[in-house]
Amino acid sequence: MTTATDNTTARRADKKPATMAQALQRAMRDAMAEDPTVHVLGEDVGTLGGVFRVTDGLAKEFGEDRCTDTPLAEAGILGTAVGMAMYGLRPVVEMQFDAFAYPAFEQLISHVSKMRNRTRGAMAMPIVVRVPYGGGIGGVEHHSDSSEAYYMATPGLKVVTPATVEDAYGLLREAIACDDPVVFLEPKRLYWSKSDWSPEAPAPVEPIGKAVVRRAGRSATLITYGPSVPVCLEAAEAAREEGWDLEVVDLRSLVPFDDETVCASVRRTGRAVVVHESSGFGGPGGEIAARVTERCFHHLEAPVLRVAGFDIPYPPPMLEKHHLPGVDRVLDAVARLQWEAGH
Amino acid sequence: MTVQELPGAAAYRPTPPPAWRPRTDPAPLLPDPEPYRVLGTGAELDRALMLKLYAELVRGRRFNAQATALTKQGRLAVYPSSTGQEACEVAAALALEERDWLFPSYRDTLAAVARGLDPVEALTLLRGDWHTGYDPRRHRIAPLCTPLATQLPHAVGLAHAARLKGDDVVALALVGDGGTSEGDFHEALNFAAVWRAPVVFLVQNNGFAISVPLAKQTAAPSLAHKAVGYGMPGRLVDGNDAPAVHQVLGEAVARARRGGGPTLIEAVTYRMEAHTNADDATRYRGSAEVDAWRDHDPIRLLEDELTARGLLDEDGIRAAAEAAETMAAALREQMNAEPSLTPMDLFAEVYAEQSGQLREQAAQLRAELEAEAR
Repeated sequence: MTTATDNTTARRADKKPATMAQALQRAMRDAMAEDPTVHVLGEDVGTLGGVFRVTDGLAKEFGEDRCTDTPLAEAGILGTAVGMAMYGLRPVVEMQFDAFAYPAFEQLISHVSKMRNRTRGAMAMPIVVRVPYGGGIGGVEHHSDSSEAYYMATPGLKVVTPATVEDAYGLLREAIACDDPVVFLEPKRLYWSKSDWSPEAPAPVEPIGKAVVRRAGRSATLITYGPSVPVCLEAAEAAREEGWDLEVVDLRSLVPFDDETVCASVRRTGRAVVVHESSGFGGPGGEIAARVTERCFHHLEAPVLRVAGFDIPYPPPMLEKHHLPGVDRVLDAVARLQWEAGH
Repeated sequence: MTVQELPGAAAYRPTPPPAWRPRTDPAPLLPDPEPYRVLGTGAELDRALMLKLYAELVRGRRFNAQATALTKQGRLAVYPSSTGQEACEVAAALALEERDWLFPSYRDTLAAVARGLDPVEALTLLRGDWHTGYDPRRHRIAPLCTPLATQLPHAVGLAHAARLKGDDVVALALVGDGGTSEGDFHEALNFAAVWRAPVVFLVQNNGFAISVPLAKQTAAPSLAHKAVGYGMPGRLVDGNDAPAVHQVLGEAVARARRGGGPTLIEAVTYRMEAHTNADDATRYRGSAEVDAWRDHDPIRLLEDELTARGLLDEDGIRAAAEAAETMAAALREQMNAEPSLTPMDLFAEVYAEQSGQLREQAAQLRAELEAEAR
């Protein structure tokens, strides 16, 4: 346990700019310092500090009982976290890589997501499941999946994903404080993205469930989240040359879904493209496009389009650039928004 | 492609690294080859405990019969009977202190009832009016678990958390023989052993996983032998010998409580009824086998021994039967009343705060209900 003086020294030592990985680590550290019931567990989270160093230093600072290296078993990690939550702890579990989380699916779906409902509210599951997700880092097979659609389809879970360093800190603090289970998707290719963020002067953070307009625009809305947010912001800049003034909405939270912010934007612009890197078929974009169409049909000048990863198993690293939706693919979709009825 | 001749086994023998040795002597962890028994051995018996066990066995048997009858009347959606396994259920419940936790599977309603849970609350899941009919924290009984073995890591996590908080709480997790084949069984035992968590795993080996016999489930010498691979003791007990089950469980619970770590206990028993009322057991087993187990009935075994020792008389037997009958009558009456269903509860406890999405759907259902009422 640190003293106030230690904390101040530590904060001064946090030289700007901070990376997303550092912000996430800081969020866990601050939550653990404030609340002794917060426990971090997972494979390699202790001595090594996580393969992405996101839990770096936590075991040293809080002891191995608070930041625990577990046996290598994802169902066991999440299953024991359920028991810990039953006894009043707030576990934060790390799944190391997106595709490594699949053995824990039964615990997540049959128990974590349903316990509050099964017990009529008597037993909540304040568990955060941290899942580094998505591609773009040259990972080999099973290291680059975007599994958000599976989580979104499970009632009882909240599903959030930050796109900025500020949001990584704020959203993880919110997730740990949340009395419901949160699947916290960390866009691993943004782990090393930097910002001037400092915990001494934290930027205001919207709560879980609120989307944020990252760039205001008038001619179309790009609805996106996580690793695709920087792509969309870049596309919006590039589109200015074509005379398109694009609005970029960062969802931040896939569940609950912020219909209000999204629909307000689409009603202003009249056109929308959903951008994400997980596969399109059966993916989040279909749900989002349907919701927007149901609510904003009379404001739409064109069909809601989707730019997504192809409907293929995640490709090998030397081919992933052809799979991941990049700026050009987003701009192509924007060009197709010049659709008019009858054409 | 040609099939190559495998080299001799000696060529494959790995050279051990310099200082390698087993970290634990496996011998003390091994279960005895024969299931542990108390009845018929002349061992000393605690009269008060024996009468309590007996009364609970009789009540449990009556509960099973009553619940099965309720399925025939359509009052229960399904009932997985534990007739024949009552000694395991009762001993499991009575081995725990009030502060301890029970992690039952779907067949372990009796253990929950023997622990003091209201029978109607215990049957909520199987009646179908909700998933869990009680507050798990108040009774220290986790929800009856339907997926196989997934409750075992919960027991480990809870016991671990309790120990971190400095509480001398023990978690007892119940699982069937089929459940030992599941990955969660392995992961739970491994976590428990590595963490030395105060957990007792009780496998009720009742011979069948629905229709699949033990021989098709495992090639292990016994299910208790599996403990050795995790580094915890395995114990084999006659699951129809109530005093024996109670003693073995009691020792394991006490050991866990004083920091000695987890134990795996296999209780050898038999499911006298089908898997559930919806199953036809005659398709996978003969009546001769069932009859043979009838001669090893847990209630008769205990009753005969207690009577022979003069610890139980006709009056005692009658009193236990009457108490069971009173329980059954009350259960029947309560279950025959229509359950009060509140459809709007569907949306009440999905999240701590209702999302806009669920508020819209709740409004839709409310409108449908109002239209129906008109």
